[in-house]
Amino acid sequence: MVKYIIKRLLLAVLILFSVSVIMYILVRNIDLNALWDIAGAGNLASGQDAEEKFQAVAEAYGYGDNSFLGIIKGYFSWLGNFLQGDMGTSITYKQPVEDVISKNMGISFTISLVSLILQLIIAIPLGIKCAVNQYGKLDYVATFLTMIGISFPTFFAASLAIRVFSVEFGWFPVSGIQSGNLISPTWWEEFKDKVWHMTLPIIVLVVLSIGSWSRYTRTNTLEVLNADYIRTARAKGLSERSVVYKHVFRNSLIPLVTVLAGTLPTLFGGAMITETMFSIPGIGKLAYDAMIDGDIPFIMGYNMFLAMLTVIGILLTDIMYAVVDPRVKLA
Amino acid sequence: MEENKDLISEELPEVDQVDAAVATESEDVHGENLSDRVRMLSPGQLVAKRFFRSKLSVIGLVTLVILFLFSFVGPLLPGFSEWVDGGAPVVDRNPENIKATVFLDALEYVQVTVDEEGNIVYGETIYAYNLMGTDNLVNKYGDMNSTHWLGTDETGRDIFTNLMLGGRVSLTIGFVVIFLEALIGVILGGIAGYFGGWVDNLIMRIVDILSCIPTIPIMLILSQMLESWNILDIRKLYFLMAILTLLGWTGIARMVRGQILSLREQEFMLAAKCSGLSTFRKIFKHLLPNVMPQLIVQMTMGLGSIILTEATLGFLGIGVPLGTPTWGAMINSVRNMYTLQYFPNFWIPPGICITLAILAFNFVGDGLRDAFDPKMKR
Repeated sequence: MVKYIIKRLLLAVLILFSVSVIMYILVRNIDLNALWDIAGAGNLASGQDAEEKFQAVAEAYGYGDNSFLGIIKGYFSWLGNFLQGDMGTSITYKQPVEDVISKNMGISFTISLVSLILQLIIAIPLGIKCAVNQYGKLDYVATFLTMIGISFPTFFAASLAIRVFSVEFGWFPVSGIQSGNLISPTWWEEFKDKVWHMTLPIIVLVVLSIGSWSRYTRTNTLEVLNADYIRTARAKGLSERSVVYKHVFRNSLIPLVTVLAGTLPTLFGGAMITETMFSIPGIGKLAYDAMIDGDIPFIMGYNMFLAMLTVIGILLTDIMYAVVDPRVKLA
Repeated sequence: MEENKDLISEELPEVDQVDAAVATESEDVHGENLSDRVRMLSPGQLVAKRFFRSKLSVIGLVTLVILFLFSFVGPLLPGFSEWVDGGAPVVDRNPENIKATVFLDALEYVQVTVDEEGNIVYGETIYAYNLMGTDNLVNKYGDMNSTHWLGTDETGRDIFTNLMLGGRVSLTIGFVVIFLEALIGVILGGIAGYFGGWVDNLIMRIVDILSCIPTIPIMLILSQMLESWNILDIRKLYFLMAILTLLGWTGIARMVRGQILSLREQEFMLAAKCSGLSTFRKIFKHLLPNVMPQLIVQMTMGLGSIILTEATLGFLGIGVPLGTPTWGAMINSVRNMYTLQYFPNFWIPPGICITLAILAFNFVGDGLRDAFDPKMKR
């Protein structure tokens, strides 16, 4: 087990290294709008002058030389800093990247966590009910509705929700995370205000994701229902209730727990589209803005953060298999 | 499960087969052959029969056919063809069409009509501001009427026709990408699974690396890159397809490799080896046909997710060449609060189209999976 984990961790380092190389080469080829802004500030001269100014600014930030050698050199200086735990300073936010990430992760994490919990609370019982009444009315209706939920693009669902619930009925704010009109609010008022702002994004996330969770639960439960030990449980005369809730339910959770480990990137990495749609200043929206601006340190930092979460998520998934199910041996 | 085809043919006899068999026994005397009475079903026919038995898969299939006709035949029909010129949408400049039109300039809406002499008559002002200059004779933000079923968009193009043209882009991208993905995935996954060893290791590490790259961020970065290289025309679509393929083949490769790993240990492969078949024949005649069911299901489901990704990119305003309507890019207009509030005809129809397409591919994929699964009793 320990040997297996060490092997996987070494592999993870290799994967992350390759991802960072690919990312860095691509990132160095985008328009550096953020630097153009800095170069343009205080001098509106156009043409040759602006070019020169930009070149000087880019030089100062270490992105002046865009030849192959320049990029390689830039990569190794980035890598050196990264290995020492320094992700650089964000050009747009003018703060160390790790600070920007950790400061804005809270909102994204809250939204993702709350919606994940709600998804599981709704989807798992639904999936089990569907599997127990396979091909029943509930199963058909639930399958149909969850399929629609899976097929809805996030941005369309969010637009519809904003149009109907925020614009038409005015129940929820259109965007943002805080009302502007709160004067010296108590912590309770502030909390209420935040919850009010987060409700609609959370609802959208939950509605769209229930489908995949409940279908996954349904498939697993069906598999468990066909197992021999369920026949044994029925044969020894247990009530249907105790068969379903004691024997089936627990065993159908095994694959779920492992998949749960794989949600790590979504939990911490932020929901980019949803946050952008609702203008929530979470890490997803910051990353989106940074990518539009060409804020190289932040883009690199954010993507490496995501890649690390993904690698850890996959590793956790595999380890969880062995932890939850003693029949599985890691080799 | 892997040997679907063999299992399906051994499956429970269909009701009519049983009846026929019973009938033949008594009528054998008259010299009729069993084969005259019994309807034999090939594995393919069995799958088709089961597929069409499920209502949801039929609904999905019908939706797909309708979407295809809508996108590829629709723009050729009279009434719509006048808004299309060589596959690109046409701006409506016909003064006769500018009736009860709402013009918009950032903050203002004015109802205008054109009278008999062709003069613009200004109507009720919703948000007062100044009107635009010479461009007024373009039918922008047009109402829904018999000429423009869903009105016209902010540049004066017919939205209904744009939907059709957008469907062409989405469906074409979907099919091209999924076939390329399947090609790469089957070849590399097959090689990895069949040969194993260092080849397997190398390919699977590449798969690991590619699946750790976050899709939306990398697409954003690549799109910024294309912009800085001034690639804005139709070539952008080809890049988009290439990138989607490059990032997307890993799922299929994983599946194919897993299947082949378990298939090559089975008896029929030992038999193939004993009969001295060539490697090529073993792979293409004996292994790949057994992977086909899973491959077809995964490709169908994959089509839905590619269309979703493409739409998301279009919505974010990346990956789509300027002036080409795509479903995702049409929804992009909601990022303007005024469009979101006052012009639902801009973004709800493309949203419905995307959802329908993905839903249909999911239904068909689900139906195919159940139809291919010999364990299914219904």
